[in-house]
Amino acid sequence: MTRLNLSLAALALLLATASLCSDPAGMLALWQRSPEAARAILIELRLPRALLALAIGGSLGLTGAAMQGLLRNPLASPDVLGPSTGAALGAVIVAYTFGIAGTLAMALGGIGGSLAALGLLLLLSRGGASTATLLLAGVAISALGGALTNLALSLAPSPYALYDVLFWLLGSLADRSLLHVAVALPPLLIGCALVLSGRRGLDALALGEDVAASLGVDVARLRLRIVVGTALAVGAGVAVAGSIGFIGLVVPHLVRPRVGGRPGAALMPSALAGAALLCAADLVVRLPVAGHDLKLGVVTALIGAPFFLWLIVRQREVIEP
Amino acid sequence: MLDVNGLARPPILAPLSFSIAAGELVGLVGPNGAGKTTLLRALAGLTTGPGTVRIDGTTLTEMPARVRARRLAWLPADRGTVWPMRGRDIVALGMMPLGVRDEAAIDAALAAVDANGFADRDVQTLSTGERARVLLARALVARPELLLLDEPIANLDPEHRLGVLDALRGEAARGAAVVVALHDLDLAAARCDRLLLLDCGRLIADGPPDAVLTAATLAQVFKVRRDETGWQRA
Repeated sequence: MTRLNLSLAALALLLATASLCSDPAGMLALWQRSPEAARAILIELRLPRALLALAIGGSLGLTGAAMQGLLRNPLASPDVLGPSTGAALGAVIVAYTFGIAGTLAMALGGIGGSLAALGLLLLLSRGGASTATLLLAGVAISALGGALTNLALSLAPSPYALYDVLFWLLGSLADRSLLHVAVALPPLLIGCALVLSGRRGLDALALGEDVAASLGVDVARLRLRIVVGTALAVGAGVAVAGSIGFIGLVVPHLVRPRVGGRPGAALMPSALAGAALLCAADLVVRLPVAGHDLKLGVVTALIGAPFFLWLIVRQREVIEP
Repeated sequence: MLDVNGLARPPILAPLSFSIAAGELVGLVGPNGAGKTTLLRALAGLTTGPGTVRIDGTTLTEMPARVRARRLAWLPADRGTVWPMRGRDIVALGMMPLGVRDEAAIDAALAAVDANGFADRDVQTLSTGERARVLLARALVARPELLLLDEPIANLDPEHRLGVLDALRGEAARGAAVVVALHDLDLAAARCDRLLLLDCGRLIADGPPDAVLTAATLAQVFKVRRDETGWQRA
């Protein structure tokens, strides 16, 4: 278990270092010509990018694993159940009101939207709704959030605003500053800590909410903790990096066989694997493809979706031989 | 040890009262829909409603959740599991209220229900009866004072039915109060100290098996009778 965590942490750090040190020859040449410029690129462009990739990838892996554990369903994830689309909607509304440069306002909008989506989900789950109901409600909330975001896009005040927001929605870590890190990191880390504190409760939930309750777990409090933590982490992440799909859905599936299927034990490795995966995806994005800029959210979906399909087919072979 | 007074869960359970002593193995019998599961859930403190349940004089609802979890274990009739967990990790969940994980206790609980072979197997790959035994071991592992078991032998083969009832007798012998919902009336009569007969949410009879499972109650409640060839519909 700890060995798994250590090796995943090492992998994530290695990829983050690769992100900092990409194009070493060019950087070295620049350093000899102008050390200030090289330092500025490293500290003000590459460092925020690497830090955000680690933090956002980690939070997506973690919250995906937590939502799957909470809803006892391998299809749950922030981008399927509403918090991601809610955050995108909140941030888009704020972007139109204050402009896309209002980092703090965007973050607050993202957290607000994410909380609203999950709050609605919680409200619907009062009185002990089944996880199937919750899952369906989450999908509906996510669809509503997506539709409202599209409505907001079609009401864009200007073509430039539309262009800005559309590209931001596709997900990217390019041109983010240390200010973005400073704004996103506190809510993101608090959210992750909240989610991680539910580790033992999630293990007990493996046998259902009633068994967990009979084992002394306060299921309502556990649910609140994970929902609020997810809203904070996902909201802050989406606000600075746009929508990045599939990490939260796929990573827990990669990790689960290595932790004996225990949902609580899957949290930490999912966070570390998510961090490594987003760092890797962000390296792929920077490969020059016919002079075009690839978008991070597009790359994670392009890799994540076929991989998830392969997982489903493989699991079917196991479940229905 | 367990005192139940005026416990009701409308519209399923009418008010009922009974007591169970430590060391007693009590069978809960009744046709489908009689209220056995609802009664066990209420005894485990999973639902609220009229009436009181006391364990050694302390009302269940006034007990902190962690304390309650240490004193009683509840096994649902549902045998489903979601994640590909190993048998021993499932059983370890039963030790959560104690705040420790004792591998020797886990092995002992698995051995008690002849499930050692499943300790390191993914429970999703087990048959329903095999999984049922692992889930039962989860309820036994912390050696609670009160065991509330919903049809623990429902999916088991004849040998393991007897094995599990022997294990429950062992739990009673160490001083636990055991309440077990059963559909096998022969085994209930042969192995339990006492039976509670439920029908339509009412407690119809409470006493030694011979006194509870009379020809009259069998015909009236279960709509069956017994002749020299076996069970027949009444």
